[in-house]
Amino acid sequence: MAVGKKDISAPPYAEGTSLSDEDIKKKKVTYVEDHPNIRYSWTAGQAVSKFLNELKKGKIAATKCNKCRRIMVPPRVFCELCYKPIDEWVYVEDTGTVQTFSISYIDPDAKPLEEPVIVAVISIDGASKNMGIMHVLGEVKPEDVYIGMKVKAVWKPEDEREGSVTDIKYWKPLEG
Amino acid sequence: MEIHPNCKWNSSCFRGVMVMEVERISGLKFHKKQDVAIVGAGMTTFKRRLNETGKELSYLAVKQALEEAEMELSDIEMVVMGSAPDAFDGLHMKGEYLLDGSGGSDRPYMRVFVGGGTGVFAPIAGYWHVASGLADVCLVVCEEKMSSSHPHPQSAFKYIWDPILDRPLNPNLIWIFALEMNRYMHVHNIKHEDIALVSVKNKANALDHPCAQLAEKITVEDVLNSEPMALPVRRLDVSPPSDGAAALIMVAPHIARQITDNPVWVTGVGWALDTTMWTNRDLYFPRYVAEAAKMAYKMAHITDPRKEIDVAEPYDPFDYKELHHMEGLGLAKKGEAPILTREGVTARDGDLPCSPSGGLLGVGNPIAATMGVKACELYWQLAYRAGKRQVAKEVTTGVCQAWGDLMQVGTVVVMSNKR
Amino acid sequence: MRVAVLGVGYSGFNTNTPDLNWKELMLEAAVRAYEDAGINPRKDVDSVVTCAEDFWEGFAIFDEFVPDQLGGVLKPTCTVCSDFLYGVATAYMQIKSGLADIVVVEAHSKASDILTFGEVIKFAMDPVWLRDIGNAHPYYFAALEMSQYVSECCINEEQIAEVVVKNKNNALLNSSAPYGAKVTVEDVLNSPMVFDPMRKIEIAPVSDGAVVFVLGNEFVAREITDTPVWVKGVGWWSETSNYDTMSFNAMYAYKAAKMAYKLAKITNPAKEVDFAEVDDRFAFKELQHIEALQLSRKYETGSLMQEGYFARDGELPVNVSGGNLGVGNLLEATGGQKALEVVLQLRGLAGKRQIEAETGVAQAWRYIPTASGTVAVFGV
Repeated sequence: MAVGKKDISAPPYAEGTSLSDEDIKKKKVTYVEDHPNIRYSWTAGQAVSKFLNELKKGKIAATKCNKCRRIMVPPRVFCELCYKPIDEWVYVEDTGTVQTFSISYIDPDAKPLEEPVIVAVISIDGASKNMGIMHVLGEVKPEDVYIGMKVKAVWKPEDEREGSVTDIKYWKPLEG
Repeated sequence: MEIHPNCKWNSSCFRGVMVMEVERISGLKFHKKQDVAIVGAGMTTFKRRLNETGKELSYLAVKQALEEAEMELSDIEMVVMGSAPDAFDGLHMKGEYLLDGSGGSDRPYMRVFVGGGTGVFAPIAGYWHVASGLADVCLVVCEEKMSSSHPHPQSAFKYIWDPILDRPLNPNLIWIFALEMNRYMHVHNIKHEDIALVSVKNKANALDHPCAQLAEKITVEDVLNSEPMALPVRRLDVSPPSDGAAALIMVAPHIARQITDNPVWVTGVGWALDTTMWTNRDLYFPRYVAEAAKMAYKMAHITDPRKEIDVAEPYDPFDYKELHHMEGLGLAKKGEAPILTREGVTARDGDLPCSPSGGLLGVGNPIAATMGVKACELYWQLAYRAGKRQVAKEVTTGVCQAWGDLMQVGTVVVMSNKR
Repeated sequence: MRVAVLGVGYSGFNTNTPDLNWKELMLEAAVRAYEDAGINPRKDVDSVVTCAEDFWEGFAIFDEFVPDQLGGVLKPTCTVCSDFLYGVATAYMQIKSGLADIVVVEAHSKASDILTFGEVIKFAMDPVWLRDIGNAHPYYFAALEMSQYVSECCINEEQIAEVVVKNKNNALLNSSAPYGAKVTVEDVLNSPMVFDPMRKIEIAPVSDGAVVFVLGNEFVAREITDTPVWVKGVGWWSETSNYDTMSFNAMYAYKAAKMAYKLAKITNPAKEVDFAEVDDRFAFKELQHIEALQLSRKYETGSLMQEGYFARDGELPVNVSGGNLGVGNLLEATGGQKALEVVLQLRGLAGKRQIEAETGVAQAWRYIPTASGTVAVFGV
């Protein structure tokens, strides 16, 4: 090990061989492919199971902590701030306010979408401030969406609901 | 041995072994076994797709760091690996796979992980390896190979969502950033033009970085007219996915003395993880960064970060994120970061240079390996080794920060070239 | 600055847990640990460490789903992609470096959520060299190692069978060991040979559970209790990254133990260690790990096993809890179950299986296909 002040500029050089899409398509590089068959079945747990079952009935269930007085959506069996069990289950409205939104032109694989998806965080009426869920908006033009807009859930017909967040098809503007 | 000025512990130091015998006073921590210095760093080029495997990338970064410190692998006692989701590389237990490339063979080796925040969290883990006295020389390696995942690295991000509550909506990771950006813009009434300035600045800064992927001279108009991804986020608001690796060597004071006259000291570390329920928070302010910064500043005895910090490397995977994080780090008041940027304060020759490396926007965003443009860059700046990227002003103290998970985690390291 | 175990809590261990999701499982263990330590996690805890691997959970960044149920919201919380005992080592370092006074360590297994367990293990193999070689269940990698080990150390079938007999019978006294059974050497030898020379009964089946430890520095420990259990030493070591280049004699455990013994100032482990909980996810691994921990000499371990030296009432009891063969393969919580048993024994809370002991060792391996492992020494 050498002692002393070093007069160098760093990083001294850049190493690594860059590849282009062409290289891959024309098989100029050697690679192996793997399509793993890895599957899971997650247990929904006590709080979320009840939440999903209530969605099936067309209702949004929430939990309440009597210590911090928060009404929480999505529901949980414990209050993470007070670290105690929740005290009761309550129902909240199927209306809410757009907290923030985005107009997405890409799908989960980053491929372009023909029709953009409008996604929003909607704070639910009847729950505490900022208690929201992420969902999509419909029956509205992208340019008409604004933060603070009141929206209402549009449910699937009862016989098509399966106990999933998609039992709400989308949220539409309340006014008009 | 460093003692807190307000310390009420009755402590004495005998041959490096600290003996304390008093009642515990809560809230007083940071009595470490030894100080921690950084003596070498290295990184590979950041590119969308590299021919090298993850192991080879780790090796290249480690080699450079060892060269700078003029050490050999046999001098390394322990290795910390930082690497974000396994899904990118297509490997379960990725840490074990990267073991030999990163020099972890035949020594204690541990992988730590806080999602996107890993780039600055791995040096924090390196810090406690040395500060606890368990290691005198610790090598910190960060690697990410995002291109292995097909059809796009974004496909791997599908699995970060809650499988029951979020995944049925077919989300894209960009969504959460767009939602956060929109909220930030709305609350402080910030225009996209002001945010785009960050992208312009960082991509231009990256022109001086040999490892940069997306260094270019662009204008605000280019950003505003680029292809929409998830509005308000457009193509040029986002840092590109990359492959790459970075390494850092952290040592105890008695080793640092043998290697260099001017090591850079780690004076403060902090990290915090906010609730999983991100839709239950107001997204306009990153309180997780604020908490982490509070811890790090307390440890580094910094009371007024805006005055005491000379150079900053806030995490900038998106242009608004740099501003957001400057506010979280206390380098700007809430909503004022865009003003500082517009006035040129955060430029490389400004009063508070931010992301002089070119950041993630310019150099690239190989999740954990961004250590190369955050922690490593800060070390190079404070050691006056950043070459063309060296900031104009004289520097003693700097801060670097990263962020990750579902907009949850803040990781902060404060370094100084004065002990 | 010494490090003490202030409280322990666990949930499980069961073959499956259909009523709780992974968060609620963690919560259950955490609440018990905080209750045991008598602390309020929202006020007293300085740092939280979770031990998890993404693909055991099925998430790309598991770290996201950690803080709420452990009381770690807006606190320094992180994930260590390793076994529980690596988490204990992390906590040990955080306390020694003064970053935290009280650290919570958690690990869990929700193996019942994984539908394709073998495929997940296979996914850990080097994609170019190993992943697609052979179509067998990746357990065969352990059989390869076993084959080499038994021939090198002259271990016979009966000696391996003794391990299964001892652990499954020990598990009968442990109410949280779902795989306890009254088996004999004969039963074991009649078990089908699935990966020759490995029999089906020698492989620990998966189970669910969570373990939470609250660790603190000695000042906190003195405030809370008069008789704390100390973390005397920790050690961890990695040999090499893949199965084809490792030594096949558990060098990782030997080196990790050496580090832990050094910190614990133990010079003659065979005499100074009173009992051990070692990784026995494959029966032969128990013998290999006992040797690596220097609790017996090479070539002697098998015969000592037959003589009952490692039995619950033997000279040096090993896996009194039933080990993984009795409790099940707990993935990253494996080391957690080991450490838990050691602490319960040292505190005299092990119920019907209580033994007299002052120093215990917990050891875990990172499972196939790795050659990494960790050791922790606990004592009163």
